[in-house]
Amino acid sequence: MIDTLFHMVLVLAMPPLLLGVIGKTKAAFAGRVGAPFLQPYYDLSRLMRKGVVISDTTTWIFKAGPAVTLAATLFAALLVPLGKHAAPVSFEGDMILFAYLFALGRFFTTVAALDTGSSFEGMGAAREVTFSCLAEPALFFALITLTRLSGTMSLTPMLNHVTSPVWVAAGASLILLLAGLFVVLLAENCRIPFDDPNTHLELTMIHEVMVLDHSGPYFGCILYGAALKLYLLGALFVNIAVPFASGNAFVDWALFALSMLVLAVAIGVVESVMARLRLIRVPQLLVAAMILTAFSLVLVVR
Amino acid sequence: MLFDMLRDPAVLVLCAITLAGCSGLPGLLLRHGPLGQRLASAAALLSSLIALPSLVYLLFWRQTSSFTLNWNLPFGPCEIALDPLSAFFLIPIFLVFPAGALYALGYWPAVERRASERSVTFFYGLLACAMALVVVARNGALFLIAWEVMAVSGYFLLVAEHAEEEVRGAGTVYLVASHLGAGALMVLFSTLFFSTGAFQFPAAGSLQVTAGLSTLIFCAALGGFGSKAGLMPLHIWLPSAHANAPSHVSALLSGVMLKVGIYGLLRVISFFPHPPLWWGALLTAAGLTSALMGICIASAQKDIKRLLAYSSIENLGIICTGIGVYLLAAASGNRLLAYLGLAAALFHVLNHAIFKPLLFFSAGSVIHAAGTRELDRMGGLAKRMPRTAFLSLCGAVAICGLPPFNGFASEMLLYLGFFSEAQAGAPYLALGAPVLALVGGVAVISFVKLYGIAFLGAPRTDGSARSHEAPFSMLAPMGLLALLALAGGLFPQLFLALVNPALAALAGPGADAVALPVAPAWFAVAGGSLLVLSAALFLFLKGRAKAVPAGAGPTWGCGYIRPAASMQYSGSSFGALFGSLASTLVRSRISAGKVAGVAPAATKLSYAPEETVLQRIVLPTISIIGVGFAFVRRLQHGEVHVYILYIFATLLLLMLWVH
Repeated sequence: MIDTLFHMVLVLAMPPLLLGVIGKTKAAFAGRVGAPFLQPYYDLSRLMRKGVVISDTTTWIFKAGPAVTLAATLFAALLVPLGKHAAPVSFEGDMILFAYLFALGRFFTTVAALDTGSSFEGMGAAREVTFSCLAEPALFFALITLTRLSGTMSLTPMLNHVTSPVWVAAGASLILLLAGLFVVLLAENCRIPFDDPNTHLELTMIHEVMVLDHSGPYFGCILYGAALKLYLLGALFVNIAVPFASGNAFVDWALFALSMLVLAVAIGVVESVMARLRLIRVPQLLVAAMILTAFSLVLVVR
Repeated sequence: MLFDMLRDPAVLVLCAITLAGCSGLPGLLLRHGPLGQRLASAAALLSSLIALPSLVYLLFWRQTSSFTLNWNLPFGPCEIALDPLSAFFLIPIFLVFPAGALYALGYWPAVERRASERSVTFFYGLLACAMALVVVARNGALFLIAWEVMAVSGYFLLVAEHAEEEVRGAGTVYLVASHLGAGALMVLFSTLFFSTGAFQFPAAGSLQVTAGLSTLIFCAALGGFGSKAGLMPLHIWLPSAHANAPSHVSALLSGVMLKVGIYGLLRVISFFPHPPLWWGALLTAAGLTSALMGICIASAQKDIKRLLAYSSIENLGIICTGIGVYLLAAASGNRLLAYLGLAAALFHVLNHAIFKPLLFFSAGSVIHAAGTRELDRMGGLAKRMPRTAFLSLCGAVAICGLPPFNGFASEMLLYLGFFSEAQAGAPYLALGAPVLALVGGVAVISFVKLYGIAFLGAPRTDGSARSHEAPFSMLAPMGLLALLALAGGLFPQLFLALVNPALAALAGPGADAVALPVAPAWFAVAGGSLLVLSAALFLFLKGRAKAVPAGAGPTWGCGYIRPAASMQYSGSSFGALFGSLASTLVRSRISAGKVAGVAPAATKLSYAPEETVLQRIVLPTISIIGVGFAFVRRLQHGEVHVYILYIFATLLLLMLWVH
C-alpha cells in the first residue's frame, strides 16, 4: 500500500523535475546560470492559468488530443515499476499494453496536429509517426530479451529480476540492450540528436511543431504528458541499468529517485555535446538501435 | 412437423441463408421505385435476426447438424453440415450482410441509381447466400458450385459502375484471378477424390494419404484459398477490386469474402491428423510478409479505398500468421501456443469483420459527400459530418490495434504467443513480435493519414467544402459496428466464447480448455480506465479553458499572412517520409509537364503510388506469357456455331477416352 502511494507520488510529482535538471545541465555546459530546477513546475502552473487561443479550423479532436495522450501516459505510469518495487498494476502481457498506450498517445497527438491544417504541424506529425514506428521494434526486441532472461511476461517481475547476478551472467547482452533503449528513449521523447525541444525553426522540429497551436491549459497538459513519458521510459532504463537493491524500501526509493536524476544529467550531457542529426540520418540511427537490441537477444540465446 | 423442424436452430440458419439469397428477387420483379430495395434490406435484417441467435446457440452448445440431399447428379449425395467452425464463419456473413443492406438504402438509393440498383441488390443477396453455402457445404462439387456463384456474383457487384474503364479493368483482373484460384481448388478436390474415392469431405483428422499427396493438397489449397484471402503475392486482384466496387460491396468483399478463403484453408487443414511442421512455418512466414508488405504499401496510397484494401491484406496476414503459429505449436505439442495462435487468428477474423466494414462504410460516406476517392482532395469533413467522423475515428483506432478497441485484444493474444516462445530453446518464433510491432507502427502511419487528411484540417476542394452528413440509414450500421468494436476490446471474453467452440472443432476437443495468460478482466480495467481518464481530462481541460480568457483565430501560419487550404500537408506528403524508407516495396511515379521559357504556360504534375514488385516483375512476366499464348486467341473469334462445335468435339473426345 505504502509502495503504491510512493509510486503515485513519484510518478505524478517528479517528471517535471527531470526537465529542470536537463535544462540546468545544458546551462552549465553553456556557461550560463540557467533557469531554476523547479522552472518546469512554474511553467505548468502558469500555463494552467493562461488564456487559450484556438484555431477556427479545428474540431473537438484538437482538444481531445492532449487529454487522451495524457490519459494513456498516466495509465502506462501504473504499469512500470520504479526501482525494485512492484508496480500498482501488473499482469501477464502488460508490457505490450505499455507499448501500445504510447502508440495510442501518438495517434491522438498526431491527429490533433493534423486538425489544425497547418503544413508545419503535418510535417511534424509525419516525422513523429515514422520515427516512432522504427523505434517500436527496438523496444520489442529489448522486451523479448528481458522476457527470456526473467522467464516472465510482465514488467514488474521482468525488471525486478535484473539484479547483480544477472548482470554478471548476461552483462554484454544488457549493455547492448541499454544502448538500444537509450536511443529509443531519446527518439521517443524528441531529445537531441533526434529533435531539439528548444529550437524555433519549425521546419526542423518534430514534437514541438506538432503542438504549435495548443495554448494555455492544453499546452500545459501536453508538456506534463511529455515529461511523464520521459520519466516512464527513463524508469524502464534505470531499472535495468541500476541492478542494486538494499532490501530497505525507503533506501531503494531514494536510490531510484537519485538514479533518475543522474539519467537526466546524462541526457543533458548528450544534448550539450551532440548536434542534432540531419533528418535523413535519424532512421539509420533507429535501425542501428534495433540491431543493437536484436544482438542483445542473440547473445542471451547463443 | 414443420414446427418441430423450425425449432432446430440449424434449420433456421438454412432458412436464413435461403432468405438472404432471395432478398433481391422482389426488386427484379418490381420495376420502379424504392420498394424492391427496401424489401431486400428488410429481408436481410430478418435473415440476420433469425440466423445470429441460432448461430450463437449452435456455438454455445457446440452442436453439429448435418443434412443430406440425394440429388441425381453424379457427385454423390450432397451434404450440408453446420459444425462449430461453419457456424463461426457464418457470423461475419450475417453481421456484415444486413449492415451493408441497410447502408445501401442511403448509399446506393434506388431512385438515384436506377440503372444499377436492381442488379446490385440482387447479386448482393446472392453473394451472401453463396458465401454461406460455401461455408456449410460438405461436398466438393457443391462447394465448387457455391464458390463459383460467389465469385461471379462478386464480379457483377464490382462492375456496378461499368461505364468507367477502370472499373471494367478491375473486374477483368478479379475474374481471371478468381478463376485461377478456382482452378487450384479443382486440383484440390480432384486430389481429394482420388485419395478418398468420394466428393464428400473427409471427417476431421481422418485423411490418411502419402506425404506427396498431402503436400499437393496443401499447396493447391494455399493457391486457391490464399488467392481468395489476398495473401501476398497472390493479392494482385484485391486492391483494385475492393477500391472500385460500391462501398457496401467492398465492406462485404473485404470484411467477409476474404475470410471465406481463411475458412477453406482451415477446413482443409482440419482433414489431416498431423499437419507437418513446415506448413506452419510457411504460413507464419507468408502471414508476416503479407502483413508487413500490405501495410507498407497501404501507407503510400492516396485513394482512400485502396488504402483500406491494402490494409485488408495486412489483417489477413495477421490472421494467417496466427494459423501458422497454431500449426507450428500443434506439430511440436505446445498446447498454450496452439491455443494463443488459433484464438488470435479466429478472434481477428471477427474483429476485422467489424472494423473493416465500418471503415469502408465511412469511406463510402466520405466519397458520397466529397465526390472523390482521393485523400488529397478531401479535408475538413469532420466539421460537416461530425457523426461519421466520430465513428470513423473509432474504426481507425480499432484497426491500428490500439486499446481500448477489439484489434488490441486479438493482437495481444498473438503477442503473448510470440513472447511465450522467447523462453524456448530456439526462440525463432519470438522474432514475430518486433515484426508485428513494426506492422502496428506503420498501421498508425496509414490510419493517422487516412483520418487526419480526410476528416481534419480545412477542405481542400469545393466538393469537400459542400459535403453533408450521412443519413441515419448509413450511420446506424456504422454505429452498431463501432459499438461492437468497443465491446470486443473491453470484454474480449464475449468474443472468445464464440471463438472457443470453433477452436475446439479444429484443434480437437479440450484444446480450448487453456487458461489465458492474461485475465480478460484486465482488458476491461485498462480500457475502462482509459475511457474514464480521457473523458475526465477532456472535461477538466474544457473547464479550465472556460475559466481563462479565450480567443479564436486562424491557425498559426509561422508568420505567413496568406495561408490557403491547398498549402496544407497532403496525404501524399504525409506518407512521403515513410515511403522513402519503403521504396523497395512502393514508389511514387511522378509525371510532370515541361516547364520552359521565361513565362511558362500552365502545366500539370501528377503522382501515383506504384507497387514495385507488381509493376517491375509480375506485370512484365504476365505480358510475356500473353505474347507466348497469342496463338490461342485464334480459337476465339466470336462465331458461336464454331464454339458449339468445340463443345461437341470435346464431348466426343472425352467419350472416346472413357470407353
